[in-house]
Amino acid sequence: MSVGGINVLVDETRAIQDGKRAPLLSVRGVKTYYGNIIALKGVDLDVHEGEIVTLIGANGAGKSTLMMTIFGSPRAREGRITYAGQDITRVPTHHIARMSIAQSPEGRRIFPRMTVYENLQMGASVNGGTHFKEDLDRVCDLFPRLRERLYQRGGTMSGGEQQMLAIARALMSRPRLLMLDEPSLGLAPLIVKQIFSVVKELNERDGMTVFLVEQNAYHALKLAHRGYVMVTGTITMTGTGRELLENPQVQAAYLEGGRH
Amino acid sequence: MEVFVQQLINGLTLGSIYGLIAIGYTMVFGIIGMVNFAHGDVFMLSAFIALIVFLVLTTWLGVTSIALALLVVLICAMALTSLWGWATERIAYRPLRGSFRLAPLISAIGVSIFLANFVQVTQGARNKPTPPMVREVIVLWEGANGYAVALSYKQIIIMATTAVLLGIFWYLVQRTSLGRAQRACEQDRKMAALLGIDVDRTISLTFVIGAALAAVAGTMYLLYYGVVSFADGFVPGVKAFTAAVLGGIGSLPGAVLGGLIIGLIETFWSAYFSIEYKDVAAFSILAIVLIFMPSGLLGRPEVEKV
Repeated sequence: MSVGGINVLVDETRAIQDGKRAPLLSVRGVKTYYGNIIALKGVDLDVHEGEIVTLIGANGAGKSTLMMTIFGSPRAREGRITYAGQDITRVPTHHIARMSIAQSPEGRRIFPRMTVYENLQMGASVNGGTHFKEDLDRVCDLFPRLRERLYQRGGTMSGGEQQMLAIARALMSRPRLLMLDEPSLGLAPLIVKQIFSVVKELNERDGMTVFLVEQNAYHALKLAHRGYVMVTGTITMTGTGRELLENPQVQAAYLEGGRH
Repeated sequence: MEVFVQQLINGLTLGSIYGLIAIGYTMVFGIIGMVNFAHGDVFMLSAFIALIVFLVLTTWLGVTSIALALLVVLICAMALTSLWGWATERIAYRPLRGSFRLAPLISAIGVSIFLANFVQVTQGARNKPTPPMVREVIVLWEGANGYAVALSYKQIIIMATTAVLLGIFWYLVQRTSLGRAQRACEQDRKMAALLGIDVDRTISLTFVIGAALAAVAGTMYLLYYGVVSFADGFVPGVKAFTAAVLGGIGSLPGAVLGGLIIGLIETFWSAYFSIEYKDVAAFSILAIVLIFMPSGLLGRPEVEKV
């Protein structure tokens, strides 16, 4: 298979070859438009239970659009999105959010005039605040900085702290699938490292499935079991994290020689 | 001195009515960025509902306890006006969401005209009086010149009711999950939806709360002045909107503060200068404040750290 002259690594995934389970999240032929402008030109993508899957690509490739399309905002004009066996293509956004998928979106979008505590309460609204205390402790253990800032307004925190809060807020709903949109954007390398190690821990210790959108391709591919490469609204390559890391085209386009 | 204290009392009473209406403007603006021009008429409608319920209770049902009657009137007015607020949002505003920015505003003007004319046609164009309800007055002290500072029971009822309901309202918005959802939608609707908040329901709720508080204001207005007419929505509505802008539109404490300030300015101006120019004074203060503090007294500047 060849798309736009770029070879596609047709290494269909380990998980599919294991083949027993249907993917937790499956995106098929999804096309999304902003007005008349096409942003996603028919995207196919799978995320299996227990995996970390990353989607890499340049600015404006459509990565965040895909994240939001999965949540129905904007809605896919064509194609099908299924989650845990249910077709969610036409389900309202706030219902999707109650199906144990959580998203830390592009730009973090924490509520600036709410305290950290209230932001976390918002994250827990889907389960009505049951086991709130326990989950609060859990996310504060993952990000001890949040515990110090619990009663500070979200908008007054630094970018890194806001990112931690955005991830923590997503975790408050106890998601099966955690979707992270560029958690490393604009952050100091040390904080990026910390955030990625948390993601790894969540996946390995709690078996949480993670779908990670990143521009920081090196870190993302090192962390992920599998990856997809998106170019202008189309998936052009897919493979395991290692395969993509070693792929010369990926190296040339996204890794700048592989040194980071 | 006596005149001053007396005007202070009168101003605070009037101001608390403005403040209650202003909350409706500020909340709706905060959450969907729309100036609900029909809100003043919703206030007028609630005063009519209060009047009708009061007359039914006292003349038909023979309720003699004014306190009981007022309580029932207040509850009925709040319930029916909330229903109206909910219904207009569904019919006149929600279908226009996502349309161009002015569409819901124009729709609100339409609702305003509809309401005023509907009430005029069904209730008549004249002032509708209530039988006097609460007439007792407490004389606080009598000055040397014979000017007595009086605090009427009405004023006590109005200020106390306003304070209690604002307290409940404040608790609702700050401490409950409903209020949190409301604030979340106000700050970032899309993100709220991503967290499982039903944004449409929250917007409905905002209209309901705004209408309920306007109904409190309407009932208090009727109690205070004893008359209401179909045209009474406009001027208090504009004043309350001014109060919301003065306090910083989008800010709830700002709405109350703005309401009190407008009430005080109006009353003091009428007492010391000229009653004809009281509105000029109130709106001039608005203009002056906005020149120096464009986002109002307690409004937040537009810039935010992202």
